[in-house]
Amino acid sequence: MKALSINNLKKEYAGGLQALKGIDLEVSQGDFFALLGPNGAGKSTTIGIISSLVTKTSGQVKILDIDIDENHSLAKKKLGVVGQEVNFNQFEKVGDIIRNQAGYHGLSFKDARENAKYYMQKLDIWDKRNDQARKLSGGMKRRVMVAKALVNNPELLILDEPTAGVDIELRRSLWDFLTEINNEGTTIILTTHYLEEAERLCRNIAIIDSGEIVENTSMQELLTRLEEETFVFDLKNPLQTLPKNLGYAAVLENPQKLKITIGKGQGLNTIFEVLSDSGIQISSMRNDTGRLEELFMGLVDSNLNGSER
Amino acid sequence: MTPLEQYRALLTIIYKEIHRFMRIWTQTLIPPAIMIILYFVIFGTLIGKRIGQMGGFDYMQFMIPGLIMMSVISNSYSNVVSSFFGQKFARSIEELLITPLPHYLILLGWVLGGVARGLLVGAIVTLVSLWFYDLSVSNWTLSIFVVISTSILFSLGGFLNALFAESFDDISIIPTFIMQPLIYLGGVFYSIQLLPSFWQTVSLANPILYMINAFRYSILGASDLEALGFSINSAIFMIIGFIVLFAFICLWFLHKGRGIRT
Repeated sequence: MKALSINNLKKEYAGGLQALKGIDLEVSQGDFFALLGPNGAGKSTTIGIISSLVTKTSGQVKILDIDIDENHSLAKKKLGVVGQEVNFNQFEKVGDIIRNQAGYHGLSFKDARENAKYYMQKLDIWDKRNDQARKLSGGMKRRVMVAKALVNNPELLILDEPTAGVDIELRRSLWDFLTEINNEGTTIILTTHYLEEAERLCRNIAIIDSGEIVENTSMQELLTRLEEETFVFDLKNPLQTLPKNLGYAAVLENPQKLKITIGKGQGLNTIFEVLSDSGIQISSMRNDTGRLEELFMGLVDSNLNGSER
Repeated sequence: MTPLEQYRALLTIIYKEIHRFMRIWTQTLIPPAIMIILYFVIFGTLIGKRIGQMGGFDYMQFMIPGLIMMSVISNSYSNVVSSFFGQKFARSIEELLITPLPHYLILLGWVLGGVARGLLVGAIVTLVSLWFYDLSVSNWTLSIFVVISTSILFSLGGFLNALFAESFDDISIIPTFIMQPLIYLGGVFYSIQLLPSFWQTVSLANPILYMINAFRYSILGASDLEALGFSINSAIFMIIGFIVLFAFICLWFLHKGRGIRT
């Protein structure tokens, strides 16, 4: 069974802007799926249509094989959405916000209270339950959003840039939490501008640009398409000039930072040998940019060039 | 959603709405009471004594049903319009739209929230009135029916206003420029029999006149309506007719996503 099936989905706004040009998308049950794209690509419109915040022009959307037009109520029961912006009444108490959301889904008072408590504890906001939401930090508000989206135990959770503008500590704790609930069976669709986030969390990926899906594959398959990768080496001893016979495209960023780009299929062992032979000692090494980011830019650029043609 | 789930969801909306206006009771419950006290002191005690009788009753006695209805109408309306537009403005309406809640439950929840505030304020105003005048009710059943149905009607009106409103200015235009004049010209403070024939005919086009007079009839046992050749039943049918019409329009626009969906 597919957690989400989108068939020929189109959205044309008043004024003629075609936000979605007939996209097809399938997300398997249990998947952790990334929906990426530049600003204005159509990600939020797609999510808006799935969650009934945006009216589609045409096409079909099914949540766990339930058509949202035919059985809107049942389809929605299986869905949780974390929107891009804070969308709760900030004058209410945190506990009330989350319990009320459970109530809107028809949960009993007891279940609503228990679910709210469970997710507030999981997301470390239990001690804030009696605080007015407006007094929370941005990161805390994000946690409230996530707890609110999960309080009805949805089978499909959609997160629209959940970590935008939050500190790294929260981001990482949210990653761990999302991985945990995904392992427990919740299908997750994530949109984000942090590509390392998608690379780290997601198994499958679709890239949307100008209202069209330009790539839809597994993360692993996509990453194998990288032609070259750049690594940054932190040097133990300062280096004033680069040795001439390194045999790699190398740039000395500063006396203690060396960047080397290697092609697909080239092993790292030989680099270490060459550096060692040149008397260069390495203290640490990392990727220069996210591998996914390079691919993403390539795909979006080629789509842009195609559009211009 | 099963009927039980719908019932729970409806209770949640009503609870949230009541909790909202109770949380800000100094803005929602106290001002109507103060306003009514001022009306009683100025129009009832000071000016009313000079006016003497109105429509066959003491002026203060005549005025009380109108003031109760005025409070019920304006509070039912303002509760729904400000709450629903506030949710739209803060985007917290999305909380509801992403749930399995059917549209009629969203509408019903807000309307019942508006009715709760309208009735509570109506009760406060009635209590204040009893302090100034020893009032007795002629027909309890009719009185309760008229006050609840009028509250439902204006809650629906507030909902419709909120659906179309795009700014805070838009939620004050109708109350200020349409509702207040209609309420004041609807016979709260005077009997329309005092008006010249032409203005009496014009006044009959004001639907609020029928509501105020139906309520006045239920309290005092007499109103302008019978004197002008209308039965109380015609007022009741008109209120019911407007409720059905407004409910249908609200549901239609909710279904279309007017003001709440892109």
